[in-house]
Amino acid sequence: MITEIDRDLLEKIADLTGQPVGAINIRKDGGCEVRQSTEHIKIEPQTEEGRQGIVIRILPGTRGETCHIPVIISKSGHSELVYNDFYVGDDCDVEIVAGCGIHNSGCNESRHDGVHTFYIGKNSRVRYAEKHYGENDPGQTGANIMNPKTVVYLGQGSTMQMDTVQIRGIDSTHRTTQFVCEAGSEVVVTERLLTHGRQLAESDMEIQLNGDDAKGRVISRSVAQDDSHQIFRPVVVGNAACFGHVQCDSIIMGHACVESVPAITANSTEAQLIHEAAIGKIAGDQLLKLETLGLTAEEAEDTILKGFLA
Amino acid sequence: MLELQNISYRVSTPEGETDILKDVSLTVPDGKLVVFTGPNGGGKTTLAKIIMGLATPTAGRVIWNGEDVTDLDITERARRGISYGFQQPPRFKGITVHDLLLLAAGEEKLSKDRCCQYLTRVGLCANDYLDREVDASLSGGEVKRIEIATILARNAQLMIFDEPEAGIDLWSFARLTETFEQIHAKHASTMIIISHQERIIRLADEIAVVAGGQIAHRGTTDEVFPMILADTLGGCPVIERKEVTL
Repeated sequence: MITEIDRDLLEKIADLTGQPVGAINIRKDGGCEVRQSTEHIKIEPQTEEGRQGIVIRILPGTRGETCHIPVIISKSGHSELVYNDFYVGDDCDVEIVAGCGIHNSGCNESRHDGVHTFYIGKNSRVRYAEKHYGENDPGQTGANIMNPKTVVYLGQGSTMQMDTVQIRGIDSTHRTTQFVCEAGSEVVVTERLLTHGRQLAESDMEIQLNGDDAKGRVISRSVAQDDSHQIFRPVVVGNAACFGHVQCDSIIMGHACVESVPAITANSTEAQLIHEAAIGKIAGDQLLKLETLGLTAEEAEDTILKGFLA
Repeated sequence: MLELQNISYRVSTPEGETDILKDVSLTVPDGKLVVFTGPNGGGKTTLAKIIMGLATPTAGRVIWNGEDVTDLDITERARRGISYGFQQPPRFKGITVHDLLLLAAGEEKLSKDRCCQYLTRVGLCANDYLDREVDASLSGGEVKRIEIATILARNAQLMIFDEPEAGIDLWSFARLTETFEQIHAKHASTMIIISHQERIIRLADEIAVVAGGQIAHRGTTDEVFPMILADTLGGCPVIERKEVTL
């Protein structure tokens, strides 16, 4: 049953309100709450022995359709490992919205480890969004843990735009993202992360550019508050006449720690690879400027962080 | 009306204490345009910052519309109608020109027409700029003009501009001068402009030459401008002395 708390989580992680349309699968506390396939997008359970999760098949030529597969955990102490496999045919243009929300009402650790593997055909466009969010009932201390792994095989001439967002409430995350890109394909990964309290966030990312004209771009923006700790290791490997760009920007506050270690490896003389990384606090002149517009110091800080993570 | 009463600003340096401003008093009536000019390091920007609350005077009072605002912070002064255009405005990653104009206007929504008006008055086209982030992708001159547009959007009773011409090309500068002239013609806002540009100085009702931490001269453009010209003739006393001894 979808409760008021679930509805709130679904809106936060998947912008889902009211009756969902299109292909959808809602996983709640390890069970299937809603499953709906469409003519072009088929959702079925994993058939492999001992594997939880779903298989999503998007037929060739599917255009303008969406697929929502949010996961919610509202039972404190629930822990799961889920495999979701996506097979996207040639010439598709689709949007896939994943994401996980945990509402922890107790003192036990709730944990979701998700492995998403995408097999994307030729000349397709995929927009993939995942939002991670956690919250605790007042006074409750159960940890919220998410370890998402995303592996993408991107076929010739295909593009994937991946937006991954973690705003508040996840005590520990280790995310692994891997792309294998064939000729003429393009991947743009936008990562947004905010940690607070004593949270830990670790992100390992690798983009293999294997074909000519393959392009990979990573734009990572993060805010580390209080005593939180963030580690970024985005890597782009150029194996052909390709283009890769890694950009990491972090705002550090309080007693936080941010490690940003972008790396580029070229195995071809024709590979063009760039990386840049910056870590800094909110500039004093930014706060002053917004205060001269009538914002309080707190409002100014909030506005700067919201803009930075937008 | 703005009144500065016996403003002093003293800083500690390794060499001892230095007076940046020494007992400066000045009254600016409503709707007037006053230009602060004078040599670099003379105290113009410090004086302007003290009005906005960006710097705290070591002595003296700032009276705005009859209220002593010396102990109020920047936010409270902004909410009472004081605005300030920075000489070197900051950049913001992820905040668009449109976002900044909204914040400046203090409104939830701002029609494209109104944004367009503010930007046109500083020589920018809304179509090209509204959705752009105010980050390092913009040139110094562009950021400066956006800064001035935020002051126009703020539409405050007192507008302070710190060297609005700095970094701006000649064509945009001409447009900007017209904008100052139009605001002044309506007498709706009081303006204090720190400037070294003759075209801006000539718009002023009054010029205050700030030098050595004091107001060295004060008067109408016709009275003060000839003095500035006489004072700024090139020449170095050391070289001149050498020439005499040669």
